[in-house]
Amino acid sequence: MIEFHDLTKDYLDARVLGPVSGSIEPGGITALIGPNGAGKSTLLTIIGRLLEPSGGSVTIDGTEVRSVRSRDLARRLAILRQENHLTARLTVEDLVGLGRFPHSLGRLTASDREQVESAISFLDLGDLRHRFLDQLSGGQRQRAFVAMVLAQDTDVVLLDEPLASLDLKHAVHMMRRLREAASALGKTIVIVIHDINMAAGYADRIVALRDGVVHSSGTVAEIMTETVLSAVYDTVIRVHDLDGVPTAVVAH
Amino acid sequence: MRAFSPNARLVIAAAIVLLVVACYLVLFLRGSLAFAVPRRLTTLGAMVVAAFAQGIGTVLFHTVTGNRILTPSIVGFDSLYVLMQTLMVFVFGGSVIAATEGIPKLLTQTALMVGFAVLLYRWLFSGRFGSLMLLLLMGVVLGLAFDSLSTFLQRLLSPTEYDLLSTRLFGRIGDVEPSYLPIAFAVCVLVGVVVWRRRHVLDVLLLGRDHATSLGIDHRRELTLALVLIAVLVAFSTALVGPLTFFGFVVATLAYQLAGDWRHRVVLPMAFLLGLGTLAGGQFVLQHLLAARGMLTVIIEFVGGIAFLLLLLRRKGAL
Repeated sequence: MIEFHDLTKDYLDARVLGPVSGSIEPGGITALIGPNGAGKSTLLTIIGRLLEPSGGSVTIDGTEVRSVRSRDLARRLAILRQENHLTARLTVEDLVGLGRFPHSLGRLTASDREQVESAISFLDLGDLRHRFLDQLSGGQRQRAFVAMVLAQDTDVVLLDEPLASLDLKHAVHMMRRLREAASALGKTIVIVIHDINMAAGYADRIVALRDGVVHSSGTVAEIMTETVLSAVYDTVIRVHDLDGVPTAVVAH
Repeated sequence: MRAFSPNARLVIAAAIVLLVVACYLVLFLRGSLAFAVPRRLTTLGAMVVAAFAQGIGTVLFHTVTGNRILTPSIVGFDSLYVLMQTLMVFVFGGSVIAATEGIPKLLTQTALMVGFAVLLYRWLFSGRFGSLMLLLLMGVVLGLAFDSLSTFLQRLLSPTEYDLLSTRLFGRIGDVEPSYLPIAFAVCVLVGVVVWRRRHVLDVLLLGRDHATSLGIDHRRELTLALVLIAVLVAFSTALVGPLTFFGFVVATLAYQLAGDWRHRVVLPMAFLLGLGTLAGGQFVLQHLLAARGMLTVIIEFVGGIAFLLLLLRRKGAL
């Protein structure tokens, strides 16, 4: 269980987040949605300890995230941001191998290699494993980084827009894989996502942010309503039921 | 080249460097062995120190800054060294250079440069403005300020004093005091052990701050440690053999190309070997085939500067 209390983030005088409090239930996929600048990525990166909050605290299972040794935390929580630029020329396999660092500390054991193998096949990277990252398309690189994060084998996985630069086919594939990781392996996955219909189709819970605060949170059915979505996005949105999945459409 | 494994490449590089070093030590000997070989061994020792400090220091710097165009001297080491020399001659006169040579001076100069770097780092990383780019910018600005001050003071010197000073302002591989070498080796070994033990951590640091943090690395601590180690290496090398701005850059860039692997386990030894090979081979060719002893560092800086510009132009926009 991830809990955050009174988190705020200010840049000089401008408040970009908070105060927000809330919790993320263990197991399943939680999607953070909201318009641009709502504070989704800020909240995610503060929980993932990549960004220092101006105030407030984050706990995982009751322990303060910032009091845990970074190395111990890395066995429980992994985070992937959007921009992933590297100076070194790594192959896909090398990159995924680095995901084992918190466990292997650099020397891959047989069980580490097994984890690397399963992460590679989990994201269909078998054919690309010996390719250098700079020889891949944006979507392929994105999958390689997600594979690295999954190889880290943490209970909590935070992903900032994992669908960015993926085409429809690979986006659906990615969401199915995340769904599988959450259901079969019991992971807690938190994603920032722009496509609310993808969130509706694959997430368990949705947290909607607006203007730096949590507007509303709940199950997919609770959030995917015309009232809530229209208020969050400040746009008239209709929700239709398509094969049992609430689907949002912009009213023209 | 693609056919060789990274380890095989290291072995090949080591063999070539050994051959070059052997050539440098024993070929074209005139007069007695007892006179010439110790002298050449001293120069070789200085080369080992310079290659190690500049090669390892630059690779480390590239890794922690996530940028392969920069060199550690961008934080102003060379400029501070030049300023210290100039100030000394300006205040005490030209004869002070010969009068103060000794281990205390070497250690003082190193300590001053490391102190300067650590102060700069700590100041920049403690506040809320802490950022690497700001550090580099400050380094460049301070370096320019030191340079201007040096140039100003040098204009005020008499021609004789300036002449004495200028011998200290270029690298002087061939003219190193033998009594400095044991300390230099000890420093290199010490830093080498620390760096080698952290080679896997350095590999992860290549992914950048965010990924490294997610993988459980205390990024700020590793960055500070690496910057201090770099300061020690570069400051010591500068105090011992004089400024070498582009040498480390050339060696590190070649090492990335030739190592065949991105891991520090391979790149670090390769950078050292290439550095030593360049220095020993260059000195051998210049001294015996071209009879231009003493020019080596100048030529390396010239070639290195051109290589730096070429790389900069080729990768425009990719900084």
